[in-house]
Amino acid sequence: MKRSTLWGWFVAIAVTALSGATLAQAPVEISFYYPVAVGGPITKLIDQFAADFEKENPGIKVKPIYSGSYQESITKALTAVKSNDAPTTSVLLSTDMFTLIDEEAIVPFDPLIKTPEDEAWLKGFYPAFMENSQTGGKTWGIPFQRSTIVLYYNKEMFKDAGLDPNRPPATWKEMAEHAQKLTKRDASGKVTQWGVQIPSSGFPYWLFQGLTTENDVQLMNAAGTETYYDKPAVIEALQYWMDLTSKYKVHPEGIVEWGTTPKDFFERKVAMIWTTTGNLTNVKNNAKFDFGVAMLPANKRRGSPTGGGNFYLFKQAKPEQQAAAFKFIKWITSPARAAQWGIDTGYVAVRPDAWATPVMRKYVAEFPPAAVARDQLQYAVAELSTHDNQRVTKALNDGLQAGLTGTKSAEQAMKDSQREAERLLRPYRK
Amino acid sequence: MTRSAQWLYGWLLLLPAAVLLALFTHYPAVATLWHSFRSTPKGSRASTFVGVDNYAQLIDDPIFWQSLTNNLWFALGTIPLSIALALLMAVWVNGKIAGRGFLRLAYFTPTVLPMIAVANIWLFFYTPEYGLLEQITGAFGLPAHNWLGSKNSALPALMVVTVWKEAGFFMIFYLAALQQMSPQLAEAAAIEGASRAYFFRRVTLPLLMPTTLFVLVNAVINAFRLVDHVVVMTRGGPDNATELLLYYIYEIGFRFWDSAYAAALTMVLLLLLGVVALLQFWFLERKVHYQ
Repeated sequence: MKRSTLWGWFVAIAVTALSGATLAQAPVEISFYYPVAVGGPITKLIDQFAADFEKENPGIKVKPIYSGSYQESITKALTAVKSNDAPTTSVLLSTDMFTLIDEEAIVPFDPLIKTPEDEAWLKGFYPAFMENSQTGGKTWGIPFQRSTIVLYYNKEMFKDAGLDPNRPPATWKEMAEHAQKLTKRDASGKVTQWGVQIPSSGFPYWLFQGLTTENDVQLMNAAGTETYYDKPAVIEALQYWMDLTSKYKVHPEGIVEWGTTPKDFFERKVAMIWTTTGNLTNVKNNAKFDFGVAMLPANKRRGSPTGGGNFYLFKQAKPEQQAAAFKFIKWITSPARAAQWGIDTGYVAVRPDAWATPVMRKYVAEFPPAAVARDQLQYAVAELSTHDNQRVTKALNDGLQAGLTGTKSAEQAMKDSQREAERLLRPYRK
Repeated sequence: MTRSAQWLYGWLLLLPAAVLLALFTHYPAVATLWHSFRSTPKGSRASTFVGVDNYAQLIDDPIFWQSLTNNLWFALGTIPLSIALALLMAVWVNGKIAGRGFLRLAYFTPTVLPMIAVANIWLFFYTPEYGLLEQITGAFGLPAHNWLGSKNSALPALMVVTVWKEAGFFMIFYLAALQQMSPQLAEAAAIEGASRAYFFRRVTLPLLMPTTLFVLVNAVINAFRLVDHVVVMTRGGPDNATELLLYYIYEIGFRFWDSAYAAALTMVLLLLLGVVALLQFWFLERKVHYQ
C-alpha cells in the first residue's frame, strides 16, 4: 500500500477512536460478574434486568458478564482486581466476604447509604441473609440470589411405596426409613431407584451444614477466625450421611454430582433429593410427575444453612460508577423485582415486602412449595464463612469426600480437616 | 556491509524472537524463582523475604505429595499407552485398506475437539445411572460403578480420556514418518525372507526413532500440561484423587491466591520437567538414527 494511503488510514482510525471515546464519556458504564449455579435461563433473565434498568436510567449502561460457578466467579473477580481491571460490582458468594476484605477488593456500602429511604431499604432484608453480609459494624454485601437447602420428593413414588405423599420425612430416622421403602432393586440386586441423594461434589460443605445445623452444632464462629470441624456432633452428622450408604443402603456410593442431581430426579432414578431452592423453577418445569418440597428433616432441631450470592462493590470502581452500581443494586433488590426473580428461579426473595406483593401472593397461593424455603428461614443459620474461605472450606470438603468414599472414618476425616483449618486460620487470630 | 552493520543487522533479525523468548519464558522463570523465596503479599501487606519457608511448607504438604504421585501415575498410564496406540493405528492406516481416509479422519477427530468439549462429552459417558458406559455395562448385566466418584477409578477414568484424545495426534506424526520410508526396504526384506514382525522390529522401529523421540517429549509435556479435563470433570476430587500438579498450582495460585507457595510449586514442576527433558535427550540420542 502507498505511504500516503497508509497515513490516511491511520489518521482516519485515530479520529474515529478519539471521537468514539468522547461520545462514550456521556453514559456511566458499570460491569458486573454473575455466576450461574442453578438450572434455567438465568443469563436471559439477567440480561432482561439489565435492559429494563437501562431503559429507566438512560445515563447508565449495565454490562452483565457471565463468570461460571461461584468458585470460578471469585477466582475471576480477584484476578481482575489484581490486574487493575476490576468490575464495578459482582454477585459472589456471601461467604467470600472475609476473603474480599482481606484482599482489599471491596468497599462497604455504608458511605452510600445516606437518605432515610436508603436506610429503610437496608433494614428491609431478612436478618438470616444479613448474617453473612455484615461484619465489623459495616455492610459489605447486599443479598440478591439467596437460598436454603430443601428436600424435593417424588409424590408418585411415595404412593407406590405405601407412604403418605403429603407427609414428607420430618426427622433423620423418618428419612432413612422412608428411603429404605423407596429404594428399589432389580432381579440382579442392582439398584434402579435410590431412596435419597445428597450431592457431594464441588462444595459438599454446604449440604453438610444442613446436617450439622440439624444436629445443633455450629461449624465456625461469627468473626471467621475459628472452626469446629471435630466436635462430636459434627462427626455424628458425617456418620449419618455415611450410614445412608453403608448401613441403610439407600444412598449412591461415592461422590454424587451436584449438577446432575436434579436430572437424576427427573429421570426417576431417585425418590428424594437435597438441593437448593434455586432449582425450584427448574424442577417445576422439568419434572413430569407430582412432586413435593419440604424443609430438611430435623434431628435435634430443624435447620439449613443459607446460601447463594450477594452484590459486592469494588474498590477500584470510580465514584460515579459506584453510585450508578448502588442505584442498580437498589433497583434489582426492590420488592417488585426481588419477587419476580424469586418466581423465575426459586431463589428466596430477599425481603419480606417482596413476599407481600400481589404477584408473589398469587404465585404462592397457586404453588405452595415456593414458600417452603422462606418458611425455613426461621431455622436457618449463616453459611460457613471464614478468612481464607476457599482454602478453609477445601479442608472440610476433602475430609467429607474422604469419609463418603470410605477412605477415612468419620472421626479421622473431621480431625484431619480441623488440623488443616487451624493451620490456615492461625495468622488471622492475632 | 561493514562488520558492525552486519553484526547489528544480525541482532535486529534475532530481536523479535529474542524479546518474545525473554518475555514469556526466561523472565517468568526467574521472577517465579525470586517470588518463591518471598511471602505472599496480601492487600496492603507487602511481601517479605522468607528464605526457604515456602519449600519447607511444600515438603510438609500431603496434598503436594499426593498430586506429585498422581501425576507420575498419570504419566506412566498415558505415555506408553498413547504412543503404542498411535503407532498401531498409524501402521494399520498406512496400508492400502478400503475406507482408509475415513478411518484416519475418525482417529484424528478427538484431537481437533477442544479438551473442554471432550471433557464434557466424557462426563456424560461416565455419569452413573444413565451415562453411556452405564447403559453398556447394564446391557451386559455388569454391576453399576461411579467412575468419577470413587477414589480408585477417578484417575484411570481421566487417563482414558487423555489417551483417547492424544493417540490421534501422535498417529499423524507416525503416519508421516512411515510414508517417508523407502518402499525398497520392504521389498528387500521380502526378498530376504524376513517376517513382517522381524521387519517391524529391526527396520521400522529404529527408523521411527526420531519421531518416537519427538512424540515422547510431547507426551511427557502433555502429561503435566493437560489439566483441562480435571477442571471440568472432577475438580481435583474425590478427596484429591485426581489432583494433578499443575491443577494444584492453579488452585493455590488463583483460587487461594497464595502466590508465593504457588511459585515454589512451579519451581518444582520446572525442575522435574527439566530433568526429564535432559534424560530424554541424553539417553535417546544414542538410539536415534537420523537419515
